[in-house]
Amino acid sequence: MTTLQFQENPTPTTQRPPRHHWNMVVDIDRCTSCRACVIACEAENNIPINTEDRFTQQRVNQWIRIERYWEGEFPNVKARYIPMLCQHCDNAPCEPVCPVYATYHNNEGLNVQVYNRCVGTRYCANACPYHARNFNYWEPVWPEDFRNYLNPDVTIRSRGIMEKCTFCVQRIRRATRGRQDVADGAFAPACVQACPSDALVFGDILDENSKVAKLSKNERHYMVREVLGTLPSITYLKKVEADAL
Amino acid sequence: MYYRRTVSDAQINRELLDVVFRTPVWWVVIVSILGLLVAVFMSTFGLLMNQGLGLTGLNRPVFWGFLITNFIFWVGISHAGVMISAILRLSQAEWRRPMVRAAETMTVFSLMTALLMPVMHAGRPWRIFYWVFPYDFARGIWPDVRSPLVWDPTAIITYLTSSSLFVFTALIPDFAVIRDRATGWRKAIYGALAMNWRGTPQQWKLQGIAGILLSALILPVFVSVHSIVSWDFGVSLVPGWHVSVFAPYFVIGAVLSGVSAVLTLMILMRFLFKLQNYIWEEHIDALGRLLIVVAIGWHFLFWLDIVFALWTAESVETTYWQLRLLTPPWSWLFLLFYVFSFVIPTSLWLFRKVRRSFVWMFWISILVNIGMFLERLIIIVPPLMNKDAFTFQFGTYRPSIVELIIVGGTFALVAFLLLMFGKFFPLIPLWEEKEGQRLVETVKVGNVEVPAMIKE
Repeated sequence: MTTLQFQENPTPTTQRPPRHHWNMVVDIDRCTSCRACVIACEAENNIPINTEDRFTQQRVNQWIRIERYWEGEFPNVKARYIPMLCQHCDNAPCEPVCPVYATYHNNEGLNVQVYNRCVGTRYCANACPYHARNFNYWEPVWPEDFRNYLNPDVTIRSRGIMEKCTFCVQRIRRATRGRQDVADGAFAPACVQACPSDALVFGDILDENSKVAKLSKNERHYMVREVLGTLPSITYLKKVEADAL
Repeated sequence: MYYRRTVSDAQINRELLDVVFRTPVWWVVIVSILGLLVAVFMSTFGLLMNQGLGLTGLNRPVFWGFLITNFIFWVGISHAGVMISAILRLSQAEWRRPMVRAAETMTVFSLMTALLMPVMHAGRPWRIFYWVFPYDFARGIWPDVRSPLVWDPTAIITYLTSSSLFVFTALIPDFAVIRDRATGWRKAIYGALAMNWRGTPQQWKLQGIAGILLSALILPVFVSVHSIVSWDFGVSLVPGWHVSVFAPYFVIGAVLSGVSAVLTLMILMRFLFKLQNYIWEEHIDALGRLLIVVAIGWHFLFWLDIVFALWTAESVETTYWQLRLLTPPWSWLFLLFYVFSFVIPTSLWLFRKVRRSFVWMFWISILVNIGMFLERLIIIVPPLMNKDAFTFQFGTYRPSIVELIIVGGTFALVAFLLLMFGKFFPLIPLWEEKEGQRLVETVKVGNVEVPAMIKE
């Protein structure tokens, strides 16, 4: 496998040493494509409802999506699923192309989107090789009775700006604010929390005993489009083929 | 052999300033039609601002579409200004004289139009200014200089400033000519613009130096502007955009479309402004010969783009080329683009008869620019449609009516601005023509006196 060497922190934003580096492990073998993560994410992050129109206009706003691929010819068809979300790349292609620093890397390994700065050039979305960025083509609207369901911790994004998975930064902030260390698994992003088969695991890779740190050393590990040298923060675990056992 | 016909100074003044002092009916008619179209364009712009980019045909994989294509197209058209006026001035090509100002003016107006496009295309245009002019001093946030979108406005504003200066410097002697003939408030305005021009040898010398100096200084901009625009694509990680040959490819493509646009403009000027005494077959012949060289150079880089991509034989590269070359409607658009901007023009330009026919040259130059618009579209959209290795996210793109109106409106806008300019200032520099007349010498060939050119 090709491994590319890059600077450890190509875009230093502060001088403080990082206390956390949030990572995720996605075990493809466990994913059943139930899409609970997709719905949990939409509820947690005040994502506008993806109506049929959004799908026909190809303007679906999903911070996490399950891609489905079919393999083989009938009757020997296999469905393959891969959950895809912002990879929080440590060498993110979306960051240097933004003219106004609306997206940058913070010192906890998060690729942060600053809604207030965004002018909507959509260059970051073009640059993203994971197709993880969403653009608000329309002003988001919710039915009247949904008003009290919106999450007060998350900004509602107006039209004309980019948004993407934040690793539920609001939950990270709540859990880590004022604390020196956070127990592994004390909190999780909405998608991880909702995953019934534990296919998604979230944690701090700097903590060597965390579940994420251990799982990401699993022999099945790989990173999506690793050859591009984007240094993603999400490690995928390869599917175990039933007939290969 | 280039002969200059003799036209007297008085005739030059009379014919070139005709439209300035007398408003012809055709001008009123065309300007009102174009004004109407510009009004439609501006109201569509307003609608887009009001309703948001949902009105366009853009979607999730295809984030950039017709408006960016149009931006690239107009920046490309603007390259004619430098090509014609700076390079031809420095290389002392005599035949440049009637077309320098038209080319430079078109540069200025097409750049202004091009600058509108990113504004329309941004999600929140009302916040766009701190992209270019950092006002967030308090927060210590400056534009990110690593982003090609910061290089873009820098390059284009530099180009716009220098071309405007260029146009203005060349206009000063002509302002004075109009000032001397105008009356009333017009005299005051033209007088102020002429900046006390008396036509003294000292002033002529300074004006000449300024022209040469600006030509020389503008040359780096000529190479840089479209290179930088091409880096919008080259720097990103999109297969099909991430091409190292883009900078020269875009520059020479810009010259091809720009000089063709000058050709269109010259023929229209000759027809509308009745400039038969100034724009001749020799001029469009020279432009045609220049264009053959440019088109072949462009064609070489165009093939390099394909060859480099296919040589790698990587699936990410071949998927978008498959889309461009083999999948309708892109395959049709590709064929049209290739035939329009290379096959038809270069083969026809080889014939002297075609090069010297205004009708042929007019339609060919239009074809070239249709082709070049398609070229930019084909460069921008298919790689986005098949951008990702994840085939699940492949997309399609179809421009909406709003985008079509805006693209059409930009043509009306540039034509409108050019006609307005042509009403108030001469589109052919009077002093250049007169200077050209001074350089005519008659040479005795056998028993006949033949007008011949001497170099500056």
